[in-house]
Amino acid sequence: MHEMSLCEGILQVIESEAERQGFKQVKNVWLEIGDLSGVEVDAMRFGFEAVMRGSLADGAGLEIIRLPGTAWCLQCARTVEVAQRYAECPHCGGFQLQVTGGDEMRIKELEVE
Amino acid sequence: MMCNVCGCGEGETRIEGAGGAHAHGHSHDHDHDHPYDHNHAHDHAHGSDDPHHHDYGQGPAHAHAPGMSQSRMVQIEQDILGKNNQYAQANRGRFARQGILTLNLVSSPGSGKTSLLTRTLNDLQDELPLAVIEGDQQTSNDAERIRQTGVRAIQINTGKGCHLDAHQVGHAVDHLAPDDTAVLFIENVGNLVCPAAFDLGEAHKVVILSITEGEDKPIKYPDMFHAADLMLLNKIDLLPYLEFDVEQCIEYARRIHPGIQVLQVSATSGEGMARWYQWIKLARQTRLVGFESTAATTAATA
Repeated sequence: MHEMSLCEGILQVIESEAERQGFKQVKNVWLEIGDLSGVEVDAMRFGFEAVMRGSLADGAGLEIIRLPGTAWCLQCARTVEVAQRYAECPHCGGFQLQVTGGDEMRIKELEVE
Repeated sequence: MMCNVCGCGEGETRIEGAGGAHAHGHSHDHDHDHPYDHNHAHDHAHGSDDPHHHDYGQGPAHAHAPGMSQSRMVQIEQDILGKNNQYAQANRGRFARQGILTLNLVSSPGSGKTSLLTRTLNDLQDELPLAVIEGDQQTSNDAERIRQTGVRAIQINTGKGCHLDAHQVGHAVDHLAPDDTAVLFIENVGNLVCPAAFDLGEAHKVVILSITEGEDKPIKYPDMFHAADLMLLNKIDLLPYLEFDVEQCIEYARRIHPGIQVLQVSATSGEGMARWYQWIKLARQTRLVGFESTAATTAATA
């Protein structure tokens, strides 16, 4: 999707946190990326390295934690795991699903100096 | 840096007519000639064999022996698009205070979005106060087309940016200064991917899909159809000449978003446009119920 933009967003958060929490260098970044977020992990890694270059996170490692897509099936009245937004319910085969998780794009934590 | 959430248009955003004070020319003076000697030594024992159950706080990643390293862990727990979302909330608050109904129009390029908007403005401007924010990558032709209707419009050029962000929109609203109770249309950049993720503070996203595109667009671009409350199926006058399965298209859209509303319209023939106008007026009434009660409360306590 627009992984470079997302990396710019990550850098903004890192820069404001550096000011707030008083650190000068970032060694590792942990992201939580949901399976339904539309983020291409490879593109994210590429963008991350390019965007962080010359910043306080230059050369930082990137750890990506995938979170599963979950949805509430109206027919089964239960939470099910889905791989895509338009997937059918793995139990009843219906499409009456409301996505309840898996669209996360969060910065979880940083290892800093 | 703070101005443009979107990395792809860095430094190239221009708000039309916004000189001096609001020139969004951010020069990024990052030093880009670093030697490529980055040390990517990942010595964290993150077991990727079970990606869904990372147990943070106790894992070996946190077991830095004292004296061995000066590094520490910092909890962030923030959405990557958090900055944009903050601006979007600010916009949303402003729209609520002014009783403005804001509709974010999204589509592929060539869906007939500008024509549909132009016709809508022509047909509604005697009834409702209207304003337009026009997002485009390079030209201001669209804003010109809009202004020919007599409706107040401002252009945001995103440069290489593939979507509008909430911060750009906030500044555009400052310049445009729409009237209280106006209907504000934001014509987003023609792109069914990126604009889905960027909340602008709008009341609704309206996705325009023309039947000259494939009926499987909703499942190809699920994020956008999930984010939109209304789908306008445009160019419906061409249906006799095309092999477009309307029912299948609607079924796909409802798979992604069971609650999405669908209207079949033609900006050329005018077919179905009355229902679209009714939808706008109902949405505006809902907005104004809150606005009037707020205004009344303010007056009563003043």
